[in-house]
Amino acid sequence: MTPSLETRDLTVRFGGHIAVNAVSCAFHPGALTAIVGPNGAGKTTWFNLISGQIRASSGKVLLEGRDISTLSASARAHAGLGRAFQLTNLFPALSVFENIRLTVQARRKAGLSLFRMADSRRDLILETEEILTRTRLTAQARAEVRTLPHGDQRKVEVALLLALRPKIFMFDEPTAGMSMDEAPVILSLIADIRKDPAATVLLVEHKMDVIRALADRIVVLHNGTLVADGPPGPVMASDVVREAYMGREIEDV
Amino acid sequence: MLKSVFSGSGPGSKLLIVLALIVFLGLALTPFLFSGTRAMETGAKIAIFIVLVASYDLLLGYTGIVSFAHTVFFGFGAYGVALATQRMGSGWDALALGTLGGVALSVVLAFGVAMFSLRVRAIFFAMITMAVASAIAVLVSQLSWLTGGEDGMNIKIPRELTPAFRMDLEIFGTKITGRVLNYYLVFFSAFALFLLMLRVVSSPFGRVLQAIRENPFRAEAIGYRVVVYRTVATCLSAAIAALAGALFAIWLRYVGPDTTLSAELMIDILLMVVIGGMGTLWGAVLGAAIFVLAQSYLQVLMAQGAAATAALPLIPDLLNPDRWLLWLGLLFILSVYFFPTGIVGRLKAVK
Repeated sequence: MTPSLETRDLTVRFGGHIAVNAVSCAFHPGALTAIVGPNGAGKTTWFNLISGQIRASSGKVLLEGRDISTLSASARAHAGLGRAFQLTNLFPALSVFENIRLTVQARRKAGLSLFRMADSRRDLILETEEILTRTRLTAQARAEVRTLPHGDQRKVEVALLLALRPKIFMFDEPTAGMSMDEAPVILSLIADIRKDPAATVLLVEHKMDVIRALADRIVVLHNGTLVADGPPGPVMASDVVREAYMGREIEDV
Repeated sequence: MLKSVFSGSGPGSKLLIVLALIVFLGLALTPFLFSGTRAMETGAKIAIFIVLVASYDLLLGYTGIVSFAHTVFFGFGAYGVALATQRMGSGWDALALGTLGGVALSVVLAFGVAMFSLRVRAIFFAMITMAVASAIAVLVSQLSWLTGGEDGMNIKIPRELTPAFRMDLEIFGTKITGRVLNYYLVFFSAFALFLLMLRVVSSPFGRVLQAIRENPFRAEAIGYRVVVYRTVATCLSAAIAALAGALFAIWLRYVGPDTTLSAELMIDILLMVVIGGMGTLWGAVLGAAIFVLAQSYLQVLMAQGAAATAALPLIPDLLNPDRWLLWLGLLFILSVYFFPTGIVGRLKAVK
C-alpha cells in the first residue's frame, strides 16, 4: 500500500548547519504518529518542509506517492496537507467566525469571487457554524481572535485545521501553554480525528501522558536525524531515546 | 434594501451614518444648495477624491500594501482622456476611449509592478513604487510634444458638459447648464464606483485581502496564493484610480503634472486615508470631505477671522490667509494625535 505521506532523504541546510538530515519516513492512514525529540531536534523544521513553508535542500516529500516537493504551501494545502502551528498563527483582527470561514472558503476555492457578497454563500456559513460547534467556539464566534485567551486561540488553530478537511493532519504541540482543564477539548478532537480510518495524523508533542494516550507509533528526532521509529512502548524504553533526552522526561515512563 | 446597496458593509455607528449622510446629501445637492462655482468645484473634487482615496485604501487599509504609485494611475486616467480628445475631438467616443485607454495602461503597469515587487519585502515594494512614480512624473513633464510638459493640456469635452450649454430649465432657482450636468456625471460615477468598492470589500475576495493584511504567511498556509490576490488587488485599485483620474480630467477640462502626478498629491491621498481611518471605505468619505473642504475654505475662513480681529495684536497676523498651510498642518497633527485609528476608527470604538 502506498503511504499517504512519505519523506525521502529529506534534508535542509541553513548555512553550514544541517537542521534536518536525510530523514526518510512513511505514514499511513488511520494511525497517529507522535514525533518527539528535545528542543532543537528539527521537528518543526521537518514539519515546515512537509507543509511547504520552507523548501528542502535535497530529498523529496511524497503525498500519496506524488512528489510535491516543488509545490508552494498553498498548493500543498489544496493537495491535502493540513497544518496547525505551534505558535498561534491566526488572523488577529478578524473574528473567530471569519478566521474559520476564510479557511473553508480557501478549500472551496471561492476566494476570487469579487462581486458577490460573502454572506450570500450559505454553504460556507453552515460549514463554519458546524466547525464552531465541534470546537466549542460558538459563544466566541463574533469576538476578534486577538481578544481571546490563549486557550481559545489554540482551539481556533485546531478549528482552521478541521476546516481544511485535509488528508494529513499535522499538529505542532497543540496544547502548548494550555491549562489542564482546557487541553482535554483539543485532545478529544484529536482522538476523534484519529478514529477516522482515512486520516493520517502527525503530532509533535512533549507531554508523555498525551503521547501514551493517543500515539500508535513514535518517531524520535535528534539533531535533525531520525533515531528511532516504532510502537510507543519499545521506543520509549530504548537507549537511544534515553540518550536523546539525557534521561529527562523518560524517567517517569 | 440599504444593506444590499452597501453590500452589508454599512458605516456601522450612528454618528458615522449621520456624517456619511451629510456628505452624501451635501454632494448630491451642491448645485442647488450653494451658489457660485466654488461650491461645485469643491463638491466635484470631494466626490472624485472619495473614489481615489477609497481605491488607495483597498491597497493600504485592506491588503496592507504600501504603494506610492497611486497618483500614476490617477494621472494615466486623466492623460488618457486628454490625449484621446486632442486627437479625436470633443466627442463622447473620445471620452470613452481615453478613459478605457487610461484604465488599460494602468492595469498593465500595475500588473508589471506587482509581479516584479510583491514578492519582495514591503519596504522594498514601497521604494519601487516611489521610483516608478517619480520616473513617470519626470517623463510626463519632459515629453512636451506628447503631454504638454509642465504646462499640461487643456481638454475639449462634449458641449453638453460645458457651461456654454444651457437648457431652458430652472430648478430651485438654479439654471441647469452643462456644468451642472458635468457635476452629476462626476457625482453619479463616483457614487457607483464607491458602491462597487463596498461590494468588493464585502465579497469573499475582500475577506481574503484582509486575511493577507493580517497574516500573509497563514493565508498562504490555508491555501490562498497571496501573490495572486495582491496582484489582483493592485490592478483593481489602479483601474479605479484611473477612472477617478478620467473624471477629474473631464471635470477640470485640464490636466497637468501638478494636479495629477505630483508627490504632494500622493501625500494628500495618504493624509486623507489616515485622517479618515484605514481599512474602512467610509474613512475615505470623511477623510476626503474634510481634507478638501479645509483646502478650499480654510483660507477664506482665515481671511474673515483676520478681518474680524484686525484690532487685536498678533492674532490677525496668525490668521493671515498666507499662513493657511501652517494651520492645515496643525489640524493634521492634532487629528492623528487624537484619532490614531482615524475618524471612523474612533467613531466605531464609541458605537
